Amino acid sequence: MDESRASFERFVVGANNRLAVAAARAVAESPGSTYNPLFIYGAHGLGKSHLLGAVVEQAAALWPELEVLREDGAHFASAHEAALASGELEAFLAGFKRAGMLLVDDLQHLEGHPAAQVDLAHIVDALVESGRQVLLAADRQPAGIEHFDEALLRTVSQGLQVDVSAPDYETRSAILRRMLTEQGLSLAPDVVEDLAKREYKDIGELQAALAPLAEAQKKPAPQLNTGEFESFLGDIQVVVQQHVESWRGRLREAIAYWQAEGYRTGVLERALELPRAPDVTGLTGTFSAAVEHLRNLERQARQVDPSLVGHAVFRDPERMLEAEDLVERALAGDAPAKGPSPAFARDAFEVGASNQLAVHAADAVVAEPAVRYNPLVLYGPSGVGKTHLVNAIGNALLEQAAASGGAAAVVACVNAQQLVDELIEAVQQGSVEQWRARYRSVTALIVDDIQFLGGKERTQEEFFTVFNALIDARKQVILTSDRVPADITDLESRLRSRFEGGLVVPIQSPDRALRERLFARFLQDAGSTPGEEVLHALGEPPVQSVREIIGTVHRLSAASESLGQPITVEMMRRELGGVAPATPTPTMVEVVRDAQPFLDLEKVVWDWPDVGARLIEEVR
Amino acid sequence: MSLVNYATREITCKIVYYGPGRSGKTTNLHYIYGQVPADRKGQMVSLATQTDRTLFFDFLPIDLGTISGFTTRFQLYTVPGQVYYQTTRKLVLQGADGVVFVADSQARQLDENIESMQDLHANLADHGVDARAIPLVIQYNKRDLPGDLILPVATLGDALNFRGVPAFEADALHGAGVFETLRGISELVLRRLSATTGDG
Repeated sequence: MDESRASFERFVVGANNRLAVAAARAVAESPGSTYNPLFIYGAHGLGKSHLLGAVVEQAAALWPELEVLREDGAHFASAHEAALASGELEAFLAGFKRAGMLLVDDLQHLEGHPAAQVDLAHIVDALVESGRQVLLAADRQPAGIEHFDEALLRTVSQGLQVDVSAPDYETRSAILRRMLTEQGLSLAPDVVEDLAKREYKDIGELQAALAPLAEAQKKPAPQLNTGEFESFLGDIQVVVQQHVESWRGRLREAIAYWQAEGYRTGVLERALELPRAPDVTGLTGTFSAAVEHLRNLERQARQVDPSLVGHAVFRDPERMLEAEDLVERALAGDAPAKGPSPAFARDAFEVGASNQLAVHAADAVVAEPAVRYNPLVLYGPSGVGKTHLVNAIGNALLEQAAASGGAAAVVACVNAQQLVDELIEAVQQGSVEQWRARYRSVTALIVDDIQFLGGKERTQEEFFTVFNALIDARKQVILTSDRVPADITDLESRLRSRFEGGLVVPIQSPDRALRERLFARFLQDAGSTPGEEVLHALGEPPVQSVREIIGTVHRLSAASESLGQPITVEMMRRELGGVAPATPTPTMVEVVRDAQPFLDLEKVVWDWPDVGARLIEEVR
Repeated sequence: MSLVNYATREITCKIVYYGPGRSGKTTNLHYIYGQVPADRKGQMVSLATQTDRTLFFDFLPIDLGTISGFTTRFQLYTVPGQVYYQTTRKLVLQGADGVVFVADSQARQLDENIESMQDLHANLADHGVDARAIPLVIQYNKRDLPGDLILPVATLGDALNFRGVPAFEADALHGAGVFETLRGISELVLRRLSATTGDG
């Protein structure tokens, strides 16, 4: 403690020293009038010297004329001894006796100096008796000072003895704060608190505790090091490059992307677990393709049942099979489309000049579905084999798909009237979507007798949509009619033009050669083996349809069976009488004949006059 | 929260400074704030009482710019250390990518450090986070204090760092160890990407 700066203002007052401070202040303010002598005692370092210094400072301020003499016990003893030795004791003592105020600190240092004690007792007595202030301080009570002069002890006892004890926590805190302020230090409140809580023998220890803090804080403040952040940034860049932009990083990028798109990415996430880098590009590419397929499936599902949109199976490439199954079931609706009749086989279809073109086209369709002739429209009078041929095509397509081992083919083979009836029922039941789906989901659609669509506006509208969807999806469409599309009454021109956009092929009434072959076959099937003469006779009259031939065969077979005779020309004439078909062969036969180049697989322009809207087909 | 968003090519790290009251969490953020160039940092949000003790939390966003094509941002938070702000601590801790435990090196704060560490583990557990898995570093702060006031690092480590996580000595007031700590937790957080799936 720099006692030159001692003052009551700087002295921290607490319970431990309040009385001493009050007495010292009183002494300074009214020297000699109170507490004279004043004896302050207490352990070293508790502020006694500060108090004495404060008294000196205060008294000097209040009483400038007052001669204040401050002495220390040790110094007094040594000076006294020196004066005694030099024979100047009187002068030495006289100097003290002239003082207006005498303060002697650390009186305990007079121990072992009895002569000095005696002389000091005289001085104190003289000063006190003359009303001059004496203030003594020691580290113990007067009685505790060994061999303390009794006279001095008596004099001290006449005054006031007050102690200064160790400061409590609050006082220590206040002392610390004052020290910090005076030293220009700054400590966090909790550090000050921590320091104050410690037990100190004296204020000196407290000061010592502050020393390293003061030293630390006197260090120049760290300069703003902008490089510190840049260095940090550099390190982070390295880490990011090493751990974020790896192959796993690219995978995670893909995962994040597809997850954001709403897809499950389990397969990619499992790839992250691989110990070595997989083909990330291939993996993500495959995943993308799978997602695209799921999207297509979802689009198909939406057309059937909008409620299926967002179904979980459309969001997980690992559930592709489930998604396909779901769509298939949705598209199929609650009743699958009617398929071709197994009764109609291609091998059983007899080919002749009258149907050669149609059969050729049918075989081409089977060979390359939806590639060459789509749609394929067969037209001709009833009973000429259109139904047989298209069912045969349907069966062949099914067999072909089954043989290939690929996805199962779905071939719908319905009569147009059935189509109309189904749609009416669907409208009644509110299941038009399912109706559409049923036919949109097929691999090939065969509609027999499309002339029945004439005048069925809603059916035409729906069929138009289905037709377009199938053609766009490269699914085969095969139609039959009893007339060319242009002749179907009340058929929307857009449908007609689309029907004519494929291959429109006639099937004519059987020509003679075909008739003979048909008779031979049907009779053989019935258990008869007619001779050439019979077949020639049977095949001579033209027929409108194969059904007529079948009817004739039934009649002849029955007669032969009842008579127990083989079929002969006579039996034929007897049974059939003049029932020779009289209907002339329609002009279409002539058309076919005229179209010889067509039969020779040359280019054909069909319905030449309206070429802009008509089919131009290359048969090759 | 998403640490690395590969779709938007963003890296966002939420780092929470955890620890007992007055251990120096906010001081860490203040120092970092002072070092980061103005164009890289957002406004530091600090809700504090009149006695400067964090009662709610501090928030300091830092823009690290584009790193390997990733827009990289760090969000530094502190929690209030006082025991009675448990709810706030828990809230701030939610979604943290990494935690810096700022321990007060003062000997008298040892119990508070331990209690805070236990509190951290409990809050992580409440969030369903395995304290052994989340990136964590410990900062022994206030190493500038006199030796008789603070505990040796070994003693603090015995009490707090039983998992042997990276630890840093610091004098956050003057900045010593602050960026070392931030660097430590940042690398842990970023490396965790590969640590969970093997080295890439």
